[in-house]
Amino acid sequence: MQHDINHAAGNHAAGNRLDQWADHYAARTAGMSASEIRALFSVASRPEVVSLAGGMPNLAALPMDAVGHLAADLLGDHGTTALQYGSGQGDPLLREAILDVMELEQISGHADDVVVTTGSQQALDLVTRIFIDPGDVIVAEAPSYVGALGVFKAYQADVVHVPMDADGLVPELLDATLGRLAGEGRKVKFLYTVPNFHNPAGVTLSPERRPQVLQIARRHGVLVLEDNPYGLLGFDSGPLPALRSLDPEQVVYLGSFSKTFAPGLRVGWALAPHAVRDKLVLASESAILCPSAFSQALVRRYLEQHDWRHQIKLYRELYRERRDAMLAALEDLMPRSSWTVPDGGFYVWLQLPEGLDAKAMLPRAVTERVAYVPGTAFYAGRTDGADDATHDGRSHMRLSYCYPEPERIREGVRRLAAVVDGELTVRGTFGADATTGGIPGVPGRQGVESPGPDLQ
Amino acid sequence: MTALTHPRVLIVAGGLTHEREISVRSGRRVADMLRSAGCDVHVSDLDERVLAELQDHRPDVVWPLLHGATGEDGSVREVLELAGVPYVGSVPTACRHTWDKPIAKAVVQRAGVPTPESVALPHSVFRELGAADLLEMLRARLGMPLAVKPARGGSALGVSVVEDPAQLPGAMVDCFAYGDEALVERAVTGREVAASVVDLGEGPTVLPLVEIQTAGGPYDYDARYNTGRTEYFVPARLDEETRDVVVEHALAAYRGLGLRDIARFDFIVDSRGVPWFLEANVAPGMTEVSLLPQAAQGAGHDLGKLYRQLVEAAISHG
Repeated sequence: MQHDINHAAGNHAAGNRLDQWADHYAARTAGMSASEIRALFSVASRPEVVSLAGGMPNLAALPMDAVGHLAADLLGDHGTTALQYGSGQGDPLLREAILDVMELEQISGHADDVVVTTGSQQALDLVTRIFIDPGDVIVAEAPSYVGALGVFKAYQADVVHVPMDADGLVPELLDATLGRLAGEGRKVKFLYTVPNFHNPAGVTLSPERRPQVLQIARRHGVLVLEDNPYGLLGFDSGPLPALRSLDPEQVVYLGSFSKTFAPGLRVGWALAPHAVRDKLVLASESAILCPSAFSQALVRRYLEQHDWRHQIKLYRELYRERRDAMLAALEDLMPRSSWTVPDGGFYVWLQLPEGLDAKAMLPRAVTERVAYVPGTAFYAGRTDGADDATHDGRSHMRLSYCYPEPERIREGVRRLAAVVDGELTVRGTFGADATTGGIPGVPGRQGVESPGPDLQ
Repeated sequence: MTALTHPRVLIVAGGLTHEREISVRSGRRVADMLRSAGCDVHVSDLDERVLAELQDHRPDVVWPLLHGATGEDGSVREVLELAGVPYVGSVPTACRHTWDKPIAKAVVQRAGVPTPESVALPHSVFRELGAADLLEMLRARLGMPLAVKPARGGSALGVSVVEDPAQLPGAMVDCFAYGDEALVERAVTGREVAASVVDLGEGPTVLPLVEIQTAGGPYDYDARYNTGRTEYFVPARLDEETRDVVVEHALAAYRGLGLRDIARFDFIVDSRGVPWFLEANVAPGMTEVSLLPQAAQGAGHDLGKLYRQLVEAAISHG
């Protein structure tokens, strides 16, 4: 026998945490951690797996030849400006063109009040950066976009969720929550809302409720952050008037070309009241100096030279076909679940049969070669006025239909039905309420539970 | 055999298992190290490309770095045997026995190494006989606390340590999400110690023991892969006598299971200084935070050189 243990009893080496900076990180990194759930999404990138977990737009409908010519002409004619630094606020001509896009949702604004950002995700970061001190409250829908919740957590905001129903955010509950928070002396900095084809819930704030929500926000002195990446992707009717169109001074509006053109260009924008805009521009310059001049120029040429309204129509048709495939498959194969019926966008929000936990079930789904995002990813805090047991997302999952072909969607739902059956059987054996309730002695430990942006 | 100047190595990593991400990270890490040591390395996911790589690149050796089923249950190695390509690591039968925790425990126990008392049962038995009574029998037999883990699988996925009997059904549900058979084991508390074994052609060598101290709670996925949350001691803070016992046990387990080239054994040393065998790994994690690389560095090994030596030993034994 050989061994080369160089150990001397009583003379122990110091411990090593494999990260000499482990004690140096800012408190805001507390939630930035790996999780078992996130690791499971690694499998979803394999072609054998039907991924209903991603949020990638389907670019198959994009005329790549035409976009290629635009890019070649751009570099040939204006390469030295397209590859140069640009304005921190964004290309003035693109900002003018963005006004045309927003006009479809009845927004009239001024190009000076538009700030071009690196995707609307950066606009979310900038708005949060200029408004949120640690401990400030952000009111958001229950559930809410996971990418926004990640930003809010990074700025140490306290997120309070308000329930939605099939018509979106419930005004009475919003009013009650804002009233209660004011009564407690809490400082609510803004209401974060995705009014159209909600991610993940799939619902849309009804036209009747839009002025009500704004009126409540105004009465409580709360800014509205309207995040609208999907507004032009409605299946059954034209775009609804944006909240911003109803109350320009109360709303910061975020828009994006990621779903209507191409997410790889990373071009989004904020339209804000002028004083807010001033701060956003300076905050953006300090973060990134300027958005990509090349991407902006390409988007501008695309808007000028391509029939972008027709392209959006093609996208709508493509996503409607997939939505229909998803709903038909759910109807046929998931008898004990319920789900929202989106009129646009990418997502269905599914409620599992009673007692099932979407997060606990995900390993079983991986074995069955199907992936979804467990509902818990879309909650960052408590839900006001709701029973916690039903409002932490455990009983829900987000299913996306944007990327897979319709027949793959059906196959994915078929596999999902087998996962649900398997889990019901095990729950039936051990009791519907069987739960470990987290790790004993390790409260509140929760890493990132959503996939990265590169998952199909 | 004359040593090759630039051995051609095919690393197989990824696969369709719950541990895919860890496997991919292990694969990339070992590939970098081997390249730094002069090897010509290709990395392939476990799909149809593997057979094409075997044909096209004709590697001198394959290093399967797959974690989880298919990778650790011996089936990929069975294919490599079929293809007649040398590979790093244990032969298929040994993998099958090691991968299955209840079998591995039985084999290792026969080799004279203590392992906590346990019972392995498939879900169907609970369903047919009634879970409540069966769980009560398990509690009565094994006492509390209990460790519940999938009978096959790694990275502590699906593992719970249950102190409150009311949480046992939930732990079973979590466990059965990963597989159809659960191992319910008397949970031993104490120092968690990993014994890594490498054989460079001159018999198995136990690298310095690595002691794992979590910030509270189990050495689970969170504690393993969020760097900074867990503290490692290399060598483990054990007295010489206990250390020697762990080393003897690791070697006995290695031989008893018929392992080859590389393996890792996980023990818990209880408050009386008794080391208990928990499980063995034929494809130990090789990421930047994994235990075997830490042990090797603790012994003063250059990882690139060590991995190359393992590759050369595998080419030699064919």
